[in-house]
Amino acid sequence: MRFRAKIVDLACLNHFSRIINTIAKLAKTCILRLTVCKLYFILSDKVANGGASMWCELSQPSLSSSSRIVTHDIPVGVIPRRMWNDFREPGVPDFDVSIYLPVLKTMKSVVERMKNLSNFIVIEANLSGEMNLKIETDLVSVTTHFKDLGNPPWASEDGCQSSAQGRDLESMAEARIDIKKLQQLLAGQQVNPTKALCNIVHKRIVHFILLHEEVSLQYFIPAIA
Amino acid sequence: MPFSAQPPASGERYALSASLDNARHLSSLLRAVHFQDHATCLATASGLRVTVEDAKCIQANAFIQAEIFQEFSVQEESVMFRISLSVLLDCLTIFGTSSLPGTSTALRMCYRGYGYPLMLFLEEGGVVTVCKINTQEPDELLDFDFCSTKVVNKIILQSEGLREAFAELDMTSEVLQITMSPDKPYFRLSTFGNAGSAHLDYPRDSDLMEAFHCNQTQTNRYKVSLLKPSTKALALSCKVSIRTDAQGFLSLQYMIRNEDGQICFVEYYCCPDENITEAEL
Repeated sequence: MRFRAKIVDLACLNHFSRIINTIAKLAKTCILRLTVCKLYFILSDKVANGGASMWCELSQPSLSSSSRIVTHDIPVGVIPRRMWNDFREPGVPDFDVSIYLPVLKTMKSVVERMKNLSNFIVIEANLSGEMNLKIETDLVSVTTHFKDLGNPPWASEDGCQSSAQGRDLESMAEARIDIKKLQQLLAGQQVNPTKALCNIVHKRIVHFILLHEEVSLQYFIPAIA
Repeated sequence: MPFSAQPPASGERYALSASLDNARHLSSLLRAVHFQDHATCLATASGLRVTVEDAKCIQANAFIQAEIFQEFSVQEESVMFRISLSVLLDCLTIFGTSSLPGTSTALRMCYRGYGYPLMLFLEEGGVVTVCKINTQEPDELLDFDFCSTKVVNKIILQSEGLREAFAELDMTSEVLQITMSPDKPYFRLSTFGNAGSAHLDYPRDSDLMEAFHCNQTQTNRYKVSLLKPSTKALALSCKVSIRTDAQGFLSLQYMIRNEDGQICFVEYYCCPDENITEAEL
């Protein structure tokens, strides 16, 4: 036995189930990484999953407490140490725009309706706190405009200019992504996150960061040409 | 706000332009006739009529009169176009369908004329959605030629009396048979399904019967599959009028009260099913 843990407190159990439910909406299988103080759920299906990847981190204190015993044996595939490099925490990409997400409930409703109309959605945002969600087909085009969202301040770690600095505040960075991936991510959010933001690398990738009290979830959706 | 998100000023020449404080006043009525993907919209000074047809046998019309809108203007005598009702409904309900108390979606609708798309501007909580839906050549619509002088039998019922009956219609029966008569059984709904025949009678002096004007005994059958969608209109309505003419054509008119207490109408017209013999009656 290499690892054993017990969750007993009902609140902790519920918390853990909610996290699992959120992740279950995004992937059927994932990698579980266990360290002394954290638990990580990782999905990095480069091609098979349309390239989306996810990184979810839980700190241990939120899971520990003390008492009921239910045993489930779940088959796992152990990943050999030599492959561990494939599953490192993703770095924050050199994004063009970082912006706080709108109220998730509104974003969820809009994306769900847009999913009926198109397979792809364009997310665009600028450094003036404006975000647009757009779909366009032969039949219909729909654009939802969000404003006053705010842009998170990112301190540059090494003092270098990131792509985001010195950028025209009104200029939009955009990415066209698979709408189902976005809908799945939003559908999984049962509780409002403490912080929700996304980083857009123009025409390359959208990086979502959702922070709850003890959990952080990062989801990367690549852009489609 | 970017220019493209601004609705056009009222001075602009639009064949149809309308404003509605609560988009649900329109979307809930359109849902009551949404049994096909496409609908034909007709706008006149009196208001908007949205028509859906199927199989050249059934026609449903939703009427939203001009008074329901905060602003309603039609430049020509009438404006008509065909549009995807599914897409229109998805756009009208873009912010969701649940009605939180105090929140509603405001709508502005503009149509430049023949060949142009229908533009919708929807706003809720400071968020604006702009939709551009392509329109097509309007279909030729059926004319059931149903006027009051041709009506043979007419009853008006409170909808709650019919709701359960329609919700539980035996779908294994191909037809719904409607009998209307000045004598017993007065008003009878019958189905003939796998488990046997079922009859539901409404006496003329029932509390649910608001008006009873039957001059002749008539029994007509209608395809259940065609009438089933009318259940949506029945669910929204407070009263329904049921009329038949000499050929057995059926008119169902539903009186619907919206959230603000305003009255709107939805009607369904249906051809009788030809496949009945005298021996079966």
